[in-house]
Amino acid sequence: MRGFRFWGLVPAWVLMAVTLIVPVMIVVLVSVSLRGPYGGFDWGFTLEPYREILFSTGWTDELEFDPKYLIIIGRTIALAAATTVICMALALPVAYVIATRGPRTKLVLLYLVTLPFWVSMIVRVYAWLIILGNDGIGGRLWQALGGGGLLFTPGAMLIGMVYSYIPLMILPVYAAIEKLDPALLEAGADLYGSRWTTARRVIVPLTWPGLAAGAILVFVPALGTVLEPMLLGGGKQMMMGTLIQTQFGGGRNWPFGAAIAIVMMVMVVIVLLINARRAIRKEGRA
Amino acid sequence: MARGKAVEVYNVTKRFGDYQALDQVSFTIEENEFFTLLGPSGCGKTTLLRMIAGFETPSEGSISLFGAEIANLPPHKRRVNTVFQSYALFPHMTLAQNIAFGLENLGWDKARRTARVAEMLELVHMTPFAGRRPAQLSGGQRQRIALARALAPEPQVLLLDEPLSALDLKLRQAMRDELRSLQRKTGITFIFVTHDQDEALDMSDRICVLGQGQIQQIGTPTEIYEEPANRFVADFIGETNFMQVQVLSLEGDTADVRTPFGFDIIAGQKGITGPGPATLSVRPEKFVLGDQATENVLSGRIVSRNYMGGYTHYGIETQGAVLRVSRRNSTANAQGFELGREVSIGFPAAAARVLGA
Amino acid sequence: MNTDIRHYPGARLITWVFFAWLYLPIAVVIWFSFNENRLVSVWTGFSTQWYDAALSNRALLDALRVSLIVAVIATVVATVVALMAAMVLTRTPGLKFRRLSETVVNLPLLLPEIVVAVAVLILVSQLGVTNGMVKLVLAHSAFCTPFAFLPIRARLQGMSADFEEAAQDLYATPWTAFRRVTLPLIAPGVFAGAMLAFAMSMDDFITSNMLNSGGTTTLPVYIFSLIKQGTTPELNAISTLLIVASLIIATLALSLSARAMRRG
Repeated sequence: MRGFRFWGLVPAWVLMAVTLIVPVMIVVLVSVSLRGPYGGFDWGFTLEPYREILFSTGWTDELEFDPKYLIIIGRTIALAAATTVICMALALPVAYVIATRGPRTKLVLLYLVTLPFWVSMIVRVYAWLIILGNDGIGGRLWQALGGGGLLFTPGAMLIGMVYSYIPLMILPVYAAIEKLDPALLEAGADLYGSRWTTARRVIVPLTWPGLAAGAILVFVPALGTVLEPMLLGGGKQMMMGTLIQTQFGGGRNWPFGAAIAIVMMVMVVIVLLINARRAIRKEGRA
Repeated sequence: MARGKAVEVYNVTKRFGDYQALDQVSFTIEENEFFTLLGPSGCGKTTLLRMIAGFETPSEGSISLFGAEIANLPPHKRRVNTVFQSYALFPHMTLAQNIAFGLENLGWDKARRTARVAEMLELVHMTPFAGRRPAQLSGGQRQRIALARALAPEPQVLLLDEPLSALDLKLRQAMRDELRSLQRKTGITFIFVTHDQDEALDMSDRICVLGQGQIQQIGTPTEIYEEPANRFVADFIGETNFMQVQVLSLEGDTADVRTPFGFDIIAGQKGITGPGPATLSVRPEKFVLGDQATENVLSGRIVSRNYMGGYTHYGIETQGAVLRVSRRNSTANAQGFELGREVSIGFPAAAARVLGA
Repeated sequence: MNTDIRHYPGARLITWVFFAWLYLPIAVVIWFSFNENRLVSVWTGFSTQWYDAALSNRALLDALRVSLIVAVIATVVATVVALMAAMVLTRTPGLKFRRLSETVVNLPLLLPEIVVAVAVLILVSQLGVTNGMVKLVLAHSAFCTPFAFLPIRARLQGMSADFEEAAQDLYATPWTAFRRVTLPLIAPGVFAGAMLAFAMSMDDFITSNMLNSGGTTTLPVYIFSLIKQGTTPELNAISTLLIVASLIIATLALSLSARAMRRG
């Protein structure tokens, strides 16, 4: 159509360049800069912030391998991965049940899945703080089952994270299941597959694109999550997001915070590249 | 009546990247004409229409409307309106608002608009539906409103992009007559795009046959059917039988050719420059079967027979080739020819055309 | 036993438990907001006193005002930017760098928010921006843009370009065609996008917290500071009010976009 040319894209490019593209480049520069004497940073070049991730400086200035940040990074990856896997395992049956309802029920159930997502994140996490506390229903249930304190454990963080991100998994998985031809299930049964064989060999492979899309949508924000470790982890169980935040929050060590942010970004880029390759491979096969 | 030149297309070429949609196309459309662009899909007919409407710009060449160059004018500055294949009726407006839309943009005052909308609704017999929305209409009714909306601003030329393709068969026939009578009533030049040869033959004053981005032939429906300019046109319009022949001599519009059946005939020609190989085209209904065959008679055997009601189609094998022949069933128990029967067939030389190989 | 092969024993049970789990936190917060007891999770009796307390809390109302101002401006900016970008990206055949431009518009979705927050923080510190509102509006406009963009683009893709061509064919200038035909037809998408952007801005904690300075505390940041001081029934009342507000917005947005889908 005439009249609409590239100039319509200019505001979007300018906005993103000013708020993201240029700043992210600055973050890269800051991550190799010197730590400022009173917080902040001084321009320069050093790999010190990255070295700090692995080594700490001992009493006599010698470098000692120190796994404390690696543990945080490992915990972050483990929790994000666990969140993703649990979301997948939950989304499959739930999305399947929704997709096999009548058209009206389907709409209502989808609406119910999406609805809590609109409620403020902080309110949702706060609610779990109450539930998982020692007086809360969740906490008491856990104790009745013989568990100790539930709040301020990785388990509490995991519950909060799954709760926060599950709709991002259900929607794409639902879309994939919705597209499944019911005749395929019948064909599976017709060819002597039991229900579970059909599920394993027909449903799961065919909904794989939905699961993969959901995995990206859940994993990326889960890596950067801040509220769950701060509130449900009680600040003791640090994750990369909270680590970054403390480096900037107290104005303490900007270059180190920037370095961690870059590490997180590289992890995200790797995940996105793996996903892109998978998509390209699939296109090639089709 | 002296007719003006409504649209002149001169040397228009259109490329989309590496793909050449139209190659050096030139033709003139007269005022008041029902002009049809006919061709298979991908021939460039819709691209040509879109360039006249202003949705595409020619890569080369010029287009003028009543003498004024318009090739680079945006669509809203051309006194040309389009009836879209999808009708593109605005779903958020009533039918009356749809028809008034163009008039508002032209700056007509309210009274004049109201009168014109009423007149247009009357013209297409849709007056009681003025307040409805497009979603509440049937396909034929939408078609009528699309016409009314496009005709309301009194365009110099009306463009119709396969407007009948979305309708069912019965309705299509009725709409053909309605379109034709609308064109006569309004006196506006119609440019009609279609891939349906029946529509083109039925409605047009002149037809432009497009193929592979080039003009294959322009002429009246009779000319296009009876005197095709080349193999493409003979093949695309109606059915025909092609035979390889040798041109012996040429005399103006006729050629003396040697047929593979052993006899020579003199037939009308187009595009022949001298002696040599050529193609002879004879339409299936031009053949005469049995005792009535007197001219250019040969004998053959009936190898297929398809009863179609009004016609019967035969496949007749003669000298290794199978000719397609159709015969009208003029009486209820018209005597057909059974399968496997030997039969003599002939065709009048005047019904055959010699075309370039 | 059910012999329907589409039926999986247990799947339904999981689904019902899932929905119960999904709404449990919301129910708990609402329930305890009416508790008269100062202790959050010990029920002693019904009371609306915490709502009175919440609604007369000056700091809370200030934070709400900051959040609303930022959200309204960011929503307008994000929606306009997204609408313009979506028009070009869906209505320009043969556009160069289309993929790249789409990625740029969606960039905030591809980065973890904490990275976005750090980037903006460093930027404003370098530019010497001290006005807290400006910082917030800038950051919120950026990360709200893809949320406005996606529904608008979906709507434009679902709308035939024939309508715009028909409008221009009927003598409408490109601007008139946009105003009288395109915009009314994509309005549900624009509205859904704006709602989503608004909700995202109102909800944001990570960026707002990092950019927080005196006088520009947003609602989530203020609530966070209350939580840090300990859970109270007043907090439950505030949360309940927020839940009700967001559920109303969500229902509006979802039902509008569902209606838009049906209209096609």
